[in-house]
Formats: sequence, C-alpha cells, structure tokens
Amino acid sequence: MAEITKEEIRQPENLVYKKTDLLTDKALSYCPGCGHGTTHRIVMEVLEEMDIQDKTIGIAPVGCSVLAYEFMNIDMQQAAHGRAPALATAVKRLFPEKFVFTYQGDGDLAAIGTAETIHACNRGENIVIIFINNGIYGMTGGQMAPTTLPGMKSSTSPYGRDIKTMGNPLKMTELVAQLPGTIYVTRQAVHTPGHVRKTKKAIRKAFENQKLNKGLSFVEVVSNCNSGWKMTPRQSNEWMVENMFPFYPLGDIKVND
Amino acid sequence: MKELRLMKGNEAFAEAVIRSGADGYFGYPITPQSEVMEYLMAEKPQERTGMVVLQAESEVAAINMVYGGAACGKRVLTSSSSPGISLKQEGISYIAGAELPCLILNVVRGGPGLGTIQPSQSDYFQSTKGGGHGDYKLLVLAPSSVQEMADFAKLGFDLAFKYRNPVLILSDGAIGQMMEKVELDEQRPRFTEDEIIKNTPWATTGKTKNRERNIITSLDLDSSKQELHNRVLQAKYREMEKHETRYEAISCDDAEYLIVAYGTSARLSQKAVDMLRAEGHKVGLLRPITLYPFPTEIIAKLADQVKGILTVEMSAGQMIEDVRLAVGCRVKVEHFGRMGGIIPSPTEVVEALKNQIIGG
Repeated sequence: MAEITKEEIRQPENLVYKKTDLLTDKALSYCPGCGHGTTHRIVMEVLEEMDIQDKTIGIAPVGCSVLAYEFMNIDMQQAAHGRAPALATAVKRLFPEKFVFTYQGDGDLAAIGTAETIHACNRGENIVIIFINNGIYGMTGGQMAPTTLPGMKSSTSPYGRDIKTMGNPLKMTELVAQLPGTIYVTRQAVHTPGHVRKTKKAIRKAFENQKLNKGLSFVEVVSNCNSGWKMTPRQSNEWMVENMFPFYPLGDIKVND
Repeated sequence: MKELRLMKGNEAFAEAVIRSGADGYFGYPITPQSEVMEYLMAEKPQERTGMVVLQAESEVAAINMVYGGAACGKRVLTSSSSPGISLKQEGISYIAGAELPCLILNVVRGGPGLGTIQPSQSDYFQSTKGGGHGDYKLLVLAPSSVQEMADFAKLGFDLAFKYRNPVLILSDGAIGQMMEKVELDEQRPRFTEDEIIKNTPWATTGKTKNRERNIITSLDLDSSKQELHNRVLQAKYREMEKHETRYEAISCDDAEYLIVAYGTSARLSQKAVDMLRAEGHKVGLLRPITLYPFPTEIIAKLADQVKGILTVEMSAGQMIEDVRLAVGCRVKVEHFGRMGGIIPSPTEVVEALKNQIIGG
C-alpha cells in the first residue's frame, strides 16, 4: 500500500467527514466522554440535511446544556428551569411554519418542568422534545435526579437512592407515550457508532413528523455522566449499559405513522 | 372609526388587546379577571385577526409562553390576579433580564395568600419594587377607568416595544368588573414577519445566511459582562423615568392640601375632593398614572405648596413610601386605606383628611 502524506490527506477529494456548519467553533463546555456533544452534533446534522436552519428555533434548558445556544448555530431562546416546552408551545403557535424543538435534561424535563412537559405533550404541540437522561443533576454537581436509579449514589443520596424515602425514578418517556398528543416516542443512546446512527434516524423522524404537522415527537437519549457518576468515560458507558439500559430500555415506545 | 360601547373593564381590555394588533394571549383562569380570556375565546380572534389565544396549564406556563412569543418579536400578553401574578414572577424576571417586550395585566385582589376576590391595591410593592429576583423594573400603568383599561392595552404594547421591557397594567377588581362607556380604537394590523425582522432584528425568527444567530437569554456567567448588562438595564430605566412619567393633577393649582391616589382610590378620592371643596377646603388630587416611573418631581413641587398630604390606598400603605421619598419630610404625609378587599367611601376619605391632615 502506498504511503499517504499529511498534505494528501488534507486534499478536498479525500475529505470523509466534516463538522457541520450548524455547530459553532466554540469549544464544548461538556466533560470529555459526555453524550451531550454527540447529541448536539446529531441534531444539528439533521437540521442541515433537512436544510431548515433558517426556519428553526431551538429552546435551551437550565442544566449542563444551558449554553446549547453557544454551540448550536441557530436562533435560540434560553428558558427558565423546566419551562422550555411552554416557550416552544408559544413559538410554534405563533410561527406555525417554523421548526421548533426543546433540548432538555432530566432535572429540567422530569422534575421542575413536569407540568410543562406533560401538558405540551398532552396538547399535542407540533414540536420536537429532545430529552437527555443521565440520571443525575450534572451542572450543579451530581445531585439526585428524578431519574436516578434505585440505590444509585449521588451527592444528595450519598448512601444510594432509598426509594422508601426518596421516591422512585420517574420514567417520563413511558408516561408521555400514554398521552394522545404524542405521535412518536422513542428512547435511544449515543455511546456507540451504531447507536449514534439510530439516534440520528430517530431525531430525523421527529423533525419530519413536525414538517408533516403530525404532533409531538419525544426523543429520549440515555446518556452517561462520568463526572457526576465519578467514573472514567469508559467506565460510565459500561455502567450505563449494565444499569441504565435495563431500567430505561432502548427502542421505540410509540410510533403512530 | 372609533366605536362606543358599554363594557366591563376586563372585557374592554380584551377587546382593545385584539384591536391593538396582539399576536398571542396566554392565561390561566383566576377571579376577578377571568373575563379577559373568556371574552377573547368567545371573540374567536384567530378568525378575526389571526391572534392566538391559549389557556395554559398554569400561571407559570402562561408567563413562559409569553417569554417564548415575545422572543419571536410578537405582541404577546398574559393577565391574572394577585396570587397568579406571584406565580409569574420568575418568568417576569427572565423577561426583564432578556429585555423582551410584553404586556401583563394584574387585576388586583386582596391578599396575602389566597386572600379574597374583592378589589385591593396591595400589590404595589410587588409591581414597582421588583417582585421577582434581580435588579429590574417594569413599566407600570395604573388605569382608573374602563376607558383606560382599553387605552393602556395599545399604549402598553407600544411602550413595551419602545423599551424592550415588560409593561404591567396594575388594575384592581373594581376597575376590572365595573361597566362604563368606552371608546374603542380601530383595528390595528398585526405585525407581518417582514416587519418583525425589520423592527425587532433581535427576534428569533430563524437564522438566515445574512445574519448571525439571534440568542435570547438572561444568562452571562462572566460577572463583568453581567454587570455591564445590568448597567444597560439601569440606563434604560433612567430613560423611562425621563420620558414616560405620567400623572393627572386635579384641582392642584390652588391646593393647600393634597391627596395622592391611583386607580379605584383616585376615583373615590376625586369625589372626596369635590366634597371637601364644597365645604371650603382647598384640596387637590394627584393621580399617578405610571407607578413606575413614579411622578416624584411633581409631588416634590407640590410639597412646597401644600400644608399636608394624604395618600389613599386600598392597602396598609405602600405607595406612601414613594410619596414620602419625594416629599422628604417637608410636610406631613399620612396614609389612609382599607384592606382585605374593602373599598373606602369618599366620606371616609373626607374624615381622614380632616382628622389626619387638616386638624392633625
């Protein structure tokens, strides 16, 4: 096999992958190994492939992805904690021809924003909700989330989540799948190239649903939080596969085509 | 052409909102203001003008819908009454921080807590001194008639867009529920998307190739930038103080005594002034129309002219603090008011002025 030089690799005809222009050049604020960066990329690639950058308004949450608007090269609004679906509801009602999505973590969507989430889903707002579930409050330093697994340690459940006193983990995705307003509800992950492809397909389907005015699409991405879980990125992915996936099984929960 | 109608304050406001070219209303039922959303729903504004009316799942959701709509450069509003307005404070702080224009109506009822459903003015502090967290100001308009309930809808939207700031209409259960003759403006068209892009270039309308992305946020983790943002806000509030202070001075030219009152209290105080003048007492009434910015200058000027000032409020005395700051101990300033949803009678005000100011 012939040697290939650095200069040859950089030739445009040898380009095999390029960061989408819908991501800014700003360095991500996420921990190395975190699923947020990959999910950001997938969402932005979908918008680029659908050529809807100029028609899309994103809603950023409070949590690790509070600064999503620094990385996503689209018009964005930053919501108060948990309120993103309320903002998205108004944006879509007032701009029905635009594409509107929220990007939220588990504390934001499944704790403080439970009401906004359930009612936006129940009204069947024609929006996309992307829900990153890593079972912990990442930004504030690893506190117990509504999605924290039974027995799982966090800074506010230092001896493990005791479901007798701290309650059960909330399966928000299964819950919203029960509501007539949701059209597509799925749970995915981004820890392997195969899962990244599946998640991208799911997010594409969600935005296509919106294009067809079908109703609310809800895409959960089960993710890791190596810093919050006090593990290396690799350990955290293994732990996620062994512990999170049995409790939060991957796959489509509701598909109304 | 203007149209004359007999309407409730809440209904006149709702009709004026449609006619002022509003794009969206987001609300939650609460007495004594539920007629606003009821009227809007019955009018089918989606058919009349394309305006969106949505009953939200909570006051919290409603104000955050307003945030989302305002961030799109749309004319949006919410209305509520005291306990509901308390719930909205988080959202109002975000809206003020993100510098978004919107209209909020508070048809005040007695508090604290669930309080009562009768009229009150005990939300003055909440309205003019913050309410939510952080250093911010709302532009606060205080209607004292059904006509002003209608007029302030359009004025409120225009001021909100002029300053990119939330405007609060601080009404009360009496003004909201009573019926009066009202003259309604002609229908003003809603903004087109081209107008939004031209007039509010900061709005999130979708990033096109020819501009940078628009971001609506109140967050800056860099404290030096956050301080700078606060300085910008404060400079805006100083501009509002300079240009938007509104008041009505009634029989003040030769006044030896002054009543300061707004809203319903101003109406019954005007009657008290007439009664006192008939008895030979030279009493004037200063009615603040904007509660923030507060008409400090005119009150300071009148303090040099009069022998004493009575503030009349349906509260334990809240606005009196701003009157005292304006007067600065030069003359006596006393409060008279009723609480818990009771409207004082003009006779009570006459007695209070005589006992606390003239004879006091």
